[in-house]
Amino acid sequence: MGMIWNLENHAGKTALLDEFGNTMSYDLLNTESCILAARIGRRCLVFSLCRNQIGSVLGYTAFINNGIVPVMVNSHLDASLLDNLLQTYQPAFLWVPKDQQVQFPHMSVEYEAYDYVLLKSGYNKEYPLFDELGLLITTSGSTGSPKLVRQSYLNVADNAGSIAQYLELDDTERPITTLPMNYVYGLSIINSHFLVGATLLLTDKGLMQKEFWKFFREAEATSFGGVPYTYEMLDKLRFYRMKLPSLKTMTQAGGKITPELHEKFATYAQERGRKFVVMYGAAEATSRMGYLPPEKAVEKKGSMGIPIPGGAFHLVGADGVEITEPMTTGELVYEGKNVTLGYAECGEDLSRGDERHGLLETGDMAQFDADGYYYIVGRKKRFLKIYGNRVNLDEIDRLVKGKFNIEAVSGGVDDYMYIFVTDNIYCEPVRDFVAAKTKLNPAAFKVVVINAIPKNDAGKVLYKELTKYYAE
Amino acid sequence: MTNLEKYNQAFTTTFEIGENRLPGLKYQDIEAWDSVGHMGLVAALEETFDIMMDTDDIIDLSSYEKGKEILTKEEYGVIF
Repeated sequence: MGMIWNLENHAGKTALLDEFGNTMSYDLLNTESCILAARIGRRCLVFSLCRNQIGSVLGYTAFINNGIVPVMVNSHLDASLLDNLLQTYQPAFLWVPKDQQVQFPHMSVEYEAYDYVLLKSGYNKEYPLFDELGLLITTSGSTGSPKLVRQSYLNVADNAGSIAQYLELDDTERPITTLPMNYVYGLSIINSHFLVGATLLLTDKGLMQKEFWKFFREAEATSFGGVPYTYEMLDKLRFYRMKLPSLKTMTQAGGKITPELHEKFATYAQERGRKFVVMYGAAEATSRMGYLPPEKAVEKKGSMGIPIPGGAFHLVGADGVEITEPMTTGELVYEGKNVTLGYAECGEDLSRGDERHGLLETGDMAQFDADGYYYIVGRKKRFLKIYGNRVNLDEIDRLVKGKFNIEAVSGGVDDYMYIFVTDNIYCEPVRDFVAAKTKLNPAAFKVVVINAIPKNDAGKVLYKELTKYYAE
Repeated sequence: MTNLEKYNQAFTTTFEIGENRLPGLKYQDIEAWDSVGHMGLVAALEETFDIMMDTDDIIDLSSYEKGKEILTKEEYGVIF
């Protein structure tokens, strides 16, 4: 396991600039990383409660570059879900925003830097860690499932290198944060830009806030990333008229953007000499698997593009045979060094080795056209993307059942989840509960009362029968 | 319905809260008023008053009171 970023190579350049005007050079990031890592002093598991702040990025850098394994979680994760994760994995330390220290009254403060504190957990159990394990990512940040994706150092280094190559990144880039860093898309922006010595602009402010755009203009941001919902908001903001002279590149991932919005942003970018890059990926592939070269953005609207440098796509038919004919649907399988080791569902799993051997069945159904450009046409697994967050429908059903002891079945389309119940007294409580648990805006959830949950003779839920309630 | 009642209704319907919560209410004070909720609020206000809000006004709408001030501007002409 070597260091992923050679911070000393970029000495003198600015690594981080936050919305309050605080900066950190690559020199200082290197020094502070070494100090923090020395306080921990050994390879072990650390829970990192992420925000787009200097302390958060410092922690991540220190851990990754020094063989300490972070579990990346959102600092706003529901307290009971976080506790469940902590109990499952028993980390030796926690790296926590100082204002959240009160949530952990029984843990001792070992070190403090840049508004973050290092807490010693006091758990007496420590699970062994596989040598190549670099970091752990939640599969579905919002429902707090204990299932984590195990990413290796090679995974992170390889994917960051591919991204830097196809986006043609260099040290003049100044990406502004629009995504949380516990989310692989957000993290991939950090990973790839640290590789080239660029400057990250850090803010937790959102697109709908004046402060965000003030910081954007003053700090001369050159790029940002967005999930489909981000682009819907930008469209609503009539982004096309905004004066943003420093902007060079917009990337999109985290779900399929509508062809209409794809066209609008691709055309806008083309007219202004900017790049709009639609991308495709998953936490199980570290972050990115495919990208649509910006010069094809208009022509190939609706496509997620071609494999990233070093990767390959295969389409497999229902008969298990690889598809060679254009416009034929099959399951998308990705091959590359960024395919992660596998999942962890309990502490013992942290010692597991590579279970995928560079091959990932994505669960997405896709086609390619005569020019070899890929299009996602459906999904094999039961999950939705809500505002770019993967939400597992079976997990939602389980959470609702656990809370209300009723039968509930969820379904829907991206950004609109439908939860079916059989008694209308549960409508409001179920909706409030799911919104609160996932910490997603309630506008995404609708509870529908039906007479009975449709099932076959064997008692299996017939999800297809429920589609009539939300088919557009 | 008066303009004030209409204005209040845009907030109470979008965020599913009572009118008593409105005075002093600011962006991110409640979970429902995040970026997603903000989009919903802007859509509700535009529909209610049949207006198209400018980008700067959309991002400036950071509180219940600020919104009233913005809608009173000449280009929207809502009188409370």
